Amino acid sequence: MTYILQQLVNAIQLGSIYALIALGYSMVYGVLFMVNFAHGDIFMVGAFIAFFAATLLKLPFVPTMLLSMAGTALLGVTIERVAYRPLRNAPKLSVVITAMGVGLFLEYIILAALGPWRRSMPPLLPTQVYEVQGVRISAVQLIIIGVSLGLMIILDFIVGRTEEGMAMRAIAYDRFAVPLMGVPVNRIITLTFAIGSALAAAGGTLFSVAYPIIEPMMGMMIGWKTFIAAVLGGIGSIRGAVAGAFLLGLVEIGTGAVFPSRLRDLISFAVVWIILMVRPTGLFGVARRQKV
Amino acid sequence: MKKYYLPLGLIGLLVVLTGASWLGFFSDYIQTVIMLVGINIIVTASLNLVNGYMGEFSVGHAGFMAVGAYISTIFTTRVIPHFVLGTPLIPTGLYAPDVTAWAENPAAHLVFPVVLLIGGLGAAIAGLVVAIPSFKIRGDYLAIITLAVNYIVKSSFENTQALGGSRGITGIPKLSTVPWVFFWAVVSLWAMRNFILSNYGRGVVAIREDEIAAGLMSVNTRRTKILGFCISSFFAGIGGGLLAHLLLYINPSTFSILKSVEALAMVYLGGMSSISGSILGAIAYTGLAEALRPLRLWKWVVIPLILIFLMLFRREGIMGGREFKFLLPKEEVKGYAAASD
Repeated sequence: MTYILQQLVNAIQLGSIYALIALGYSMVYGVLFMVNFAHGDIFMVGAFIAFFAATLLKLPFVPTMLLSMAGTALLGVTIERVAYRPLRNAPKLSVVITAMGVGLFLEYIILAALGPWRRSMPPLLPTQVYEVQGVRISAVQLIIIGVSLGLMIILDFIVGRTEEGMAMRAIAYDRFAVPLMGVPVNRIITLTFAIGSALAAAGGTLFSVAYPIIEPMMGMMIGWKTFIAAVLGGIGSIRGAVAGAFLLGLVEIGTGAVFPSRLRDLISFAVVWIILMVRPTGLFGVARRQKV
Repeated sequence: MKKYYLPLGLIGLLVVLTGASWLGFFSDYIQTVIMLVGINIIVTASLNLVNGYMGEFSVGHAGFMAVGAYISTIFTTRVIPHFVLGTPLIPTGLYAPDVTAWAENPAAHLVFPVVLLIGGLGAAIAGLVVAIPSFKIRGDYLAIITLAVNYIVKSSFENTQALGGSRGITGIPKLSTVPWVFFWAVVSLWAMRNFILSNYGRGVVAIREDEIAAGLMSVNTRRTKILGFCISSFFAGIGGGLLAHLLLYINPSTFSILKSVEALAMVYLGGMSSISGSILGAIAYTGLAEALRPLRLWKWVVIPLILIFLMLFRREGIMGGREFKFLLPKEEVKGYAAASD
């Protein structure tokens, strides 16, 4: 029982980091109907900014995370302006290819410029460990879960209660009528990219604190996995993304606890395959009827 | 006389390439690049079948290459040596015994196509794993499926210790030669062109344009999709098998998502829905990748940039939707330019 609870804590920790990144996929998909394949690498850049803020500038945790969020927000907006906006009316595939190109570009420019070494993040958070009924929870885990939940609540507020959030939902609902209603579509899309990238950076900072190794290729696998989380929940749905992320965290930790950890990726991808076979639009996605 | 131009041209090209290789005009490196071009042509055209003609977005083509490569490699390094040389089927220990001796027999080069075919058939069966979900799922979600299949295949090979796990298989006999690769490239292109021009192929294009309407027009969408995906993965498997017997060493990472992205880059560089484009795209990309080799890591900074600029400024690629005249049936040459967009 204790063992299960312990694994559950680990799953929630992993899931909340996944959720922060998956949200970015879902938000961008909501407004643009495109899969931002560079998102995982924005997460990686966020982790690297956090690393340099912590080592070179010797900043404590909160400024590190804020700096990393600001830096990637700028990066995300730049990518949108330079690479995606000219393709706004192009076939979807061209945008997806561009996004993959941007992702590879980010990966390899960091790899070529900084080298392939794994860097270890300095401990930014207290390393205290609490024990409740035999379940060990570290302060790091508590902070990670707390910060992620806090950010998710802020996001839920932005999307649900502010005018910009309403505009985002409106664009997701009907892309063609919304500009006619005087909604500044470009500004909303820029904002979406800024928020999504900042969340990814928050995820990157938390990830590098929790699993304190960062390297230029880390974005690829995490990117695909969180993308899968977003799809599991039904891409475009914000709450679905969070649910999908926790589900994926649970599946990964669960399989890691039962099967050898080498099989983890294999099983999580197989689960995705099965879930999509049964529910092709994810758990919370709404099927769009195809019209003839 | 005109109808002999194409076969004569192909035979001429084959004689020139093979002759120059045998007489030593081409160094080993040039020969390797020529074979890589040939393999990339096969892989690109097969991916174009799904991504271009069928209008799906497959990002896991390397998974099918892996299946073909592994199956054919199992035959050339395990099964055949087991019967010819008596080596164990599953080698124990860190270093596998040298099993390439049987390949010195000239007959080995005649066995090679059979082995490749088996690998291709295996890959075609693996294609079902994508084809069956495609009945219900389209677009981005199907892209995830293909991605998942790529990872599942890679991860399965990584976890199969009998196949070397993540260390992969070494000591593959060098059976890919310039004439064989040329032969396979021509046969694959010929087969895929004829498939696309067949009733089923027209069905594939109809599904891309509108699946429901295609169904109403009595296209059997399920059977057409299965055929499309299986033929595509069949040739990916052939390409993978040829690649394995050119590189002489494969491991699961050879067929990572990066390989799939490479194939995608070639398809979009050449242009979607175009066999001619696949040929040109594969040649241009392989040439570019080799030319950028001195840049080492920065090569992978430049290639994505090229891809991005391509999408920004020439979305349709080199040939996008157009074909060389010699690839079209005679009756369609005239109307084609007007009908294509």
